[in-house]
Amino acid sequence: MSEIPSPIDFRANSRGVPPHIATSVKKATHHLLGTRATVVGYLGDEQWQLLRQAGHELRLHTINHLDAYLAQLEERVTAAGGHVHWARDGAEANRIVLEIAREHGVRRAVKVKSMATEEIGLNHALIDAGIETLETDLGEFIVQLAGAAPSHIIAPAVHMSKEGIAELFRTKLGVDAPAEPKRLTAIARARLRDAFVAADMGISGANFLIAETGTLVLVTNEGNGRMCTTLPPLHVAVVGIDKVVPDLASLHVLLKLLPRSATGQKLTCYTSFITGPSAQCGDGGPQEFHLVLLDNGRTRVLRDPQARETLLCIRCGACLNSCPVYNHVGGHAYGNPYSGPIGAILAPQLLGVQIAGNLPFASSLCGACAEICPVKIPIPEILIHLRRRAMEGDRIEGPVASPVVAAGAAAGAFALSQPLLYEAGSQALRVVQAPLRRGTWLQSLPPPADRWTTVRPMPAFDASFRQWWRTRTVEGRKQTRARRIRIAALLGGAAVTAVAALVTLRSRKGSNSHDIQP
Amino acid sequence: MTVKVQLFITCLGENFFSPVLKDLVGLLERLGVQCEMPEGQTCCGQPFYNSGFQAQATGPARQWLKVFGPTDGYIVAPSGSCAEFVRHRYPEMFPPGTPEHAVAREISERTFEFTEFLTRVLKLTDVGACFPHKVTYHASCHLLRGMGLRDEPKQLLAAVKGLELVPLSEEETCCGFGGIFSVVYPEVSAAMLADKVRNIQASGAEYVVVGEPGCLMNIAGGLQKIGSAVAAVHMIEVLAARGDR
Repeated sequence: MSEIPSPIDFRANSRGVPPHIATSVKKATHHLLGTRATVVGYLGDEQWQLLRQAGHELRLHTINHLDAYLAQLEERVTAAGGHVHWARDGAEANRIVLEIAREHGVRRAVKVKSMATEEIGLNHALIDAGIETLETDLGEFIVQLAGAAPSHIIAPAVHMSKEGIAELFRTKLGVDAPAEPKRLTAIARARLRDAFVAADMGISGANFLIAETGTLVLVTNEGNGRMCTTLPPLHVAVVGIDKVVPDLASLHVLLKLLPRSATGQKLTCYTSFITGPSAQCGDGGPQEFHLVLLDNGRTRVLRDPQARETLLCIRCGACLNSCPVYNHVGGHAYGNPYSGPIGAILAPQLLGVQIAGNLPFASSLCGACAEICPVKIPIPEILIHLRRRAMEGDRIEGPVASPVVAAGAAAGAFALSQPLLYEAGSQALRVVQAPLRRGTWLQSLPPPADRWTTVRPMPAFDASFRQWWRTRTVEGRKQTRARRIRIAALLGGAAVTAVAALVTLRSRKGSNSHDIQP
Repeated sequence: MTVKVQLFITCLGENFFSPVLKDLVGLLERLGVQCEMPEGQTCCGQPFYNSGFQAQATGPARQWLKVFGPTDGYIVAPSGSCAEFVRHRYPEMFPPGTPEHAVAREISERTFEFTEFLTRVLKLTDVGACFPHKVTYHASCHLLRGMGLRDEPKQLLAAVKGLELVPLSEEETCCGFGGIFSVVYPEVSAAMLADKVRNIQASGAEYVVVGEPGCLMNIAGGLQKIGSAVAAVHMIEVLAARGDR
């Protein structure tokens, strides 16, 4: 993690998305949304809204008292015979895991799907250190085999079709793989069985950490989570500090919200509760349990009252499914493991707006994410807050807007604060558009307005309402004449200024560094 | 007592949809509402605010408050987006204690989106309109999720004489406008618009009704581009119609 990361270019990434990816993504997200709607429907909307509110309040309470709950968690995990480590950032977390692996002479590791380990690039660190590391969640297994990154919080291979996966299995595993999900699963399963038995270390994240009992909770469907955390003699968990819940009673609420929102299940097939090393109970399992608590920017998020609620997220992925932008571009366009609406608010805070400043703009602010979020994160509000960080800067970071964009915004805001200037501008547009006008439409406009017209024509400017309104009264007609004279004078001046500005802009063309805004 | 309305014509409404504004006046007057049009109104500032230029947005916002603050009666916009911005954002933009804050609080109580005004203030669903066509309805995001107007626009349409409302697949999915989004990421916006246009075409409607100038610009443009036989109209145009189109 020593190289300086380059800014994420969402536009370039989204342009490169082949159409079949959008098809695969949309098919999967529609399925997930459909099953979710069904199970939420069983509860009824009123119950569901109460549950969401309860989830919101208890998550907010937890992150507002994170220091106390983390201290309690550490104490309880330790009391249960586990070891707790604190990692300031990804590099430190990776170092801790590697050290534990080295102490135990680990050569083979198996992994449960985890966003935190994706975030810190743990797999690379382990493989670079010569430790064979295998992802055991089916989706992650596929993605790892393809040498790609996961593209959805809960469905890592959502961007791939069954044909694509069969082809991958044929080339990478050298097996005869038909494009049938059952057969493909059986092939992966056979490979994974051997790996579970041979592994020296199991690595997991956690869906929740219960402070009251020091328990790690894993919510899974494939059984691989239980295999990874019970078969190898060593279990290491890397978990973000935001994953704490106060007690079992709070967990009860979140366990109602998470599976319903994520996969449309009332409960997933496996919900594992791990308290300390299970060998202590005398029935096998790991002799050692290590919990690495990861900050990696989370305390910085916590310090910002306007964005703090980002940390309420329970990683269900529902906002990705409901997002029209995500559905068209898939997860990889976001250039980091956190995609969709939650990625667009989390990544710019974890990585900084210098790196991820254009992600908050990757949203039409349609609000579908906030409507579906099980813990009611005000995602559009936080998107706007982070757009401000990128454009104007705030006490946390920024700005990263180019001076040209900032000057353009200032000029525009000034013009729209002056009624006469605004009206003159509206009337001027009606005149200057004439050569470009085709009927009631402007089919193509020069840059930067071509960013609109390459997609669809623009209606012709037609600010005729005020004149119509004013001519309805005698006094209005008198005022209109006086106003016309003032506007004509203003337009004359504006024409001169515009020519001057155009000349200046032409000479500056090409010096623009940030392409966050047109 | 006569109900008085201050017309908040909005910058998109004014610059692109003058006929809609004229229909708005015609309809409100037909319903016995007295209309006024405060001079000096420009833009509410939302385009700046939502693009990250929140300090810059206070300029147009101040002008708006200066114009509408001293008025009386209801303030009605042909847009849920602009009405929502004024109602919800102004009181936050100007902190408590500033003179603007008090005005913002006061106007937020009496600013309404058009269909909201008809259904919740005037308590009307039948406005005496006649529009003998097959139409479908696109639920604009800020109307729907911003203002919470899910059923009201459709109740108004259902009461229009001769109108046949047909369902639109993915009715509540964004059309890809999103203000600045449409020009920052035109390719993604285009893909979203293409889906919307495809669904509109498949609905079998002659008209798609949209209640938001921004979405109307986008959807009308998308339909025009492919030479669709379906026309996009503003909700106000349908409610003002008397069987004359």
